[in-house]
This record gives sequence, structure tokens and C-alpha cells, in this order.
Amino acid sequence: MSESVLKLEGLKKHFPTTTGGVFSRVKGVVKAVDGVDLEVARGETVGLVGESGCGKTTVGRTVLKLYEPTDGKIFFEGEDITKLSRHEMKPLRSQMQMIFQDPFASLNPRHTVGAIVSASFDIHGIKPEGGVKKSVQDLLERVGLNPEHINRFPHEFSGGQRQRIGIARALALKPKLIVADEPVSALDVSIQAQVVNLLDDLQQELGLAYLFVAHDLSVVQHISDRVVVMYLGKVMEMANTTELFANPRHPYTKALLSAVPIPDPEIERKRERIILQGDLPSPVNPPAGCVFNTRCWKVQDRCRVEVPQVLEISPKHTLACHFPEGN
Amino acid sequence: MVLRTPRQISWMRFKRNKAAVISGLVALFFILSAFLAPLITKLVGVNPTTTYTKALTQYGMPDGPWGGISLAHPLGVEPGAGRDLLALLLYGSRISFTVALITSVASIGLGMLIGITAGYFRGRVDAVIGRFSDFILAFPSTFMIVALSLPLVQRVEALHVAKDNGARIVVLIIFFVVFGWPGFARLVRSQALSMRERDFVMAAQALGASNWRIITKEILPNLWPTAIVFLSLSLPGFLSAEATFSFLGVGVQAPSATWGLVLSDAVTYWQTDPAYLIIPSAMLVIIVLALNLMGDGVRDALDPKADSR
Repeated sequence: MSESVLKLEGLKKHFPTTTGGVFSRVKGVVKAVDGVDLEVARGETVGLVGESGCGKTTVGRTVLKLYEPTDGKIFFEGEDITKLSRHEMKPLRSQMQMIFQDPFASLNPRHTVGAIVSASFDIHGIKPEGGVKKSVQDLLERVGLNPEHINRFPHEFSGGQRQRIGIARALALKPKLIVADEPVSALDVSIQAQVVNLLDDLQQELGLAYLFVAHDLSVVQHISDRVVVMYLGKVMEMANTTELFANPRHPYTKALLSAVPIPDPEIERKRERIILQGDLPSPVNPPAGCVFNTRCWKVQDRCRVEVPQVLEISPKHTLACHFPEGN
Repeated sequence: MVLRTPRQISWMRFKRNKAAVISGLVALFFILSAFLAPLITKLVGVNPTTTYTKALTQYGMPDGPWGGISLAHPLGVEPGAGRDLLALLLYGSRISFTVALITSVASIGLGMLIGITAGYFRGRVDAVIGRFSDFILAFPSTFMIVALSLPLVQRVEALHVAKDNGARIVVLIIFFVVFGWPGFARLVRSQALSMRERDFVMAAQALGASNWRIITKEILPNLWPTAIVFLSLSLPGFLSAEATFSFLGVGVQAPSATWGLVLSDAVTYWQTDPAYLIIPSAMLVIIVLALNLMGDGVRDALDPKADSR
């Protein structure tokens, strides 16, 4: 892979919990993201998976500096953007965009499709060739919508169509990186396939890089070049998609994969499922040592004391586990 | 297919709502006739300051049934002084409408500004604004208006801003706005709080929009329906508040007349001259109802989800 579009080094995002009111005090800290290293190459799709509350959405939002990172570094095209102010970020915003999970909440119900898609031209003071209206209609056509619907309101569209509007908005300024935060999880399965294919086509055509946040492993398997598995704010395992799905080494990855249904009842019936006990521990007070030790079936004393280092066990396959699964 | 702008679509929705259109016309009629009061009174041939003693009996009551309604005095005459009721109401409604409109718009504008600031910036800003508006709401406002209006009217007169009734109106408007904004600010604050967490606000941030743009372009348009409904409710509210304080001797005083002043005068005649009470009351009810129905219609027209319900 060529140069990286995005690189994270030890990214941390902690949310303080406060008492509120005029004399607000900090009560505790939610460690939503706690030391994530990650790299997205040009034109590559990196899938970020994990169960609800593991911090994958927070990673996506912190990458775009919608949240101020607590610690660590964010590099965009080699430039350190960690400390950039809101004002300094503005020129870079055109190159990194976001697609949201809920297509009903991510579009302002009071704006027309035209106003939504052209907002970025307005904000950045860009006058596109052939006029704003023409560009918006081109974008709508590009994402498979009727360009005549420019004056319609979001509520006049279906969920899949709305998600396409969100994609058109993200594409308006020709970004290099798109953070897709569970872009299909709110859609019907048949529509999911259409939107995933659209994202695929756009990538081929425009050379986009995706950071694809999802919890649906089959979608991730389909779209990603590489997959990052997160648990409680930390990266557990990272590998090429084929490698990870064929040869998961981390117990957590293995448990996740065993939850993916196989569309063959014969195999599905015979196969052994790994069912994790208990719930995700609170990120306010994560367990000592390996964060997965409370639910791991291979847990030993060492896991409760020593934090496993992230090691490259084979080329492009990194892992944070004291007792990885065998080959 | 013909492409329509959002405004045209809203207007079409409004036109479809018959009740809203009719009440809108009624409200327009009242407001226009207040505006054109000098012209109308001239056409009818009456004057708000002339005392038509010939239309009164020897006991000072209107001559004839229904408060002395006749061709010369379409709504009858006032018992006692004998002024023409139509002229009184027309000129009175000018003051009432002006006070109600200025106070409504000003308190909603102030409430909107303060409410969005509190809701959008949250944290300490919100806490300070919240406690301050609690303080204003907990204030004994009616008592304060009655107690403080005289010195304040004198102060306004000393500043040569306005005189007599003008000064009283200015003081009344200031009081209404000062005590009127917290209610709307609270409503707006709660809406802004929920609005700022919506994904479309985050999308605007991801596009690099400034706080100002997010507040004015993303949050504010979603608050217009709230403001319009609140306006339609507070207009009649301030109309009657103005009447109340006129009655208490704080607002406009005779010989000028507002609806409230006419009504409070009419209460003393309710047994002997009921028409004098019924006519202004009916008008007040009609205008209040019309404003409310029109406000509802405007809200439905501005709400893009109105069709899908």
C-alpha cells in the first residue's frame, strides 16, 4: 500500500463525567478510546468493528476532530492535525468527511436536499463550475437519486435514499477520506447491499479511503481491505480481511466471528459457538491488565495484571493477547 | 414536474387549511382597521374625542336599545361621556395591538437569543442563565409593575423619550419584556439542547461550519414553528395583560382608550347597558380566536411533516 491518508498514534479520548450546575466538578472519566494505533492508506477501506460501546464511533468522530483528542496524535496526509484549532481545521474539512448511521437524524428536516448538499460550497465559499445547482444535481445523479428532487425535503425520501443524500453531501468537496459511521446498520438488508455497492463504486471511481465503522461483520468482510477489532477502547487485533476471517488469533475476534451466521443450515447446526459471558465492563472503571480478562475463557493470572502489548505476529497482523489462539 | 420552492409549498399548505385562511382574514381585517382608524372614522363621520351628548338620555345612558346603535353610531355610544364606541375601539385597538405586538416580538426575540445561547453552549453558561431566569420567574412581577411604574414613568418622561400615555406605554412594554422572556427562553433552551446533539449539527461541524452558522442555519429554522405558536399564544396574552394593567391604573389612562380600558369601564354598566360590555368583549374573543387559529395554521404549513401525518 502507498502512503497513508490517516494515521493514529496512541489516540485517546476520555470524557469527564461532571456533577453539573454552576459549580461543576469532575466526578470520573469515561475512557471511550484508550490508545488506538491505526493507519488508513490512500484508496483503502479499513473496517472498525466491535460491540456497542467499545468506542468505535468515538474513534471516527475524534479522527474528524469533532471531539478533541485527550492524548495521542492524528496525522492526516502526514500532517499532524491533533492540535489544530477549529479555525485551522476548516481548510482540511473539505478533505475528510463523514457519513452517519441514522439517515433520519443526519439531515436537517427544514432544509431542502439542495440546501443540504450545497451547504459545504456555502461554508467554504466555493463556487463550483457550472453553478451550485448544476453541481448538486450532478452529485444527486452520481449517488443514484433523481436530480429533479433538489427542492424536496428529507422526509419525502426513504431511508436508503436519505443515506444517499448524506453520501452526496459528504462527496460534495471531493474528500480523500470518509469516515462512515455504521452507514448501513439502520437500513433494510436489500437496501444495505445497494448502499454498500454505491460506496464501493465511488471508491473505485474517486480513490476514496474509508474508515468503515460497523458491527455487522458480513458487511465489513465484504467492503474492507483490512479490519480492526476493538474492545473497550483498545485495539485487540488488526489484520487483512481474508487473514482475519480465516485465521483469527485473538479470543475476542474468535468469539465475534463465531456469532456471524453461516447461510448453510448443515454447517450452522454443527458448528460450535463461543458465547461470551457477562456484559461489557464499564469504561469508567476498566479491568486491570487485559481489558478482555473478565469475559475471556482462556484467562490466566497474568491477564489480570499485565497489559498485553500490541505485537506484529505475522506481517500486517497485529495482536494484543498473552495467549493467542493457535494457527 | 414543476419544481417549487419551500416557501411556495408552505403557502400552498396554508391555503388548503380553510379555518386558518378565514381566521387569517379576520385578524387581517382587525389589524387593517386599526391601522386605517382615522380614515374609517372620517368616513363614518365620528371622532374618538367628541362627546355626542345628543345620543344620550337625560340620565347619561345611550338613547335607544343595544347601547344606542344607529346609523350615526354603528356600535353605539359610551354611557356617561357619550363618545362613539366604534371610534373608541378602533383607536383603542391601535394601542392594544402595538403594545401586544412589540412585547411579543421583543420577548420572543430576547428569549430566543438567550435560550439558544444557553442550550447550545451548555455547561456554565447554561447554569448561570438558567438560575437568572429562575430569579426573574420567581419575582413578584405584577406587584413590581404596579409599585415601580410611577417612578419609572417619571424617569422616562425626564429622559424626554415620551410623555404621558406614551411614557406609560414604554414602561409597560419594558416590564412585559423583562418578565416575559424567561418562559420562551426555557422552551428554546430545551429544544436547542436536544437539537445540538442531532447528527445534522455534527454533519455541519464536520463540514467546518461556524457556531454562528450552526445556530442560525441549522438550529434556528427548527425553532420557527415554536416561535410562531408562542407568538400566537402570547399576542392575546399580552393584549389582556395590557388591559389588566390599564384597569389597575398602570397602563394607558383616559381620555385615551384601549380595549382593556373600555372593558373595565363597561363592567360598571353591565346591568344597565349590556351591549357596551358585549360588543368589545365579542371583538376581543374574535381577535384572540382568530390569532390562535391562524398561528396553528402557520405552524402546520411550516412543518414539513404535516403531510405525512
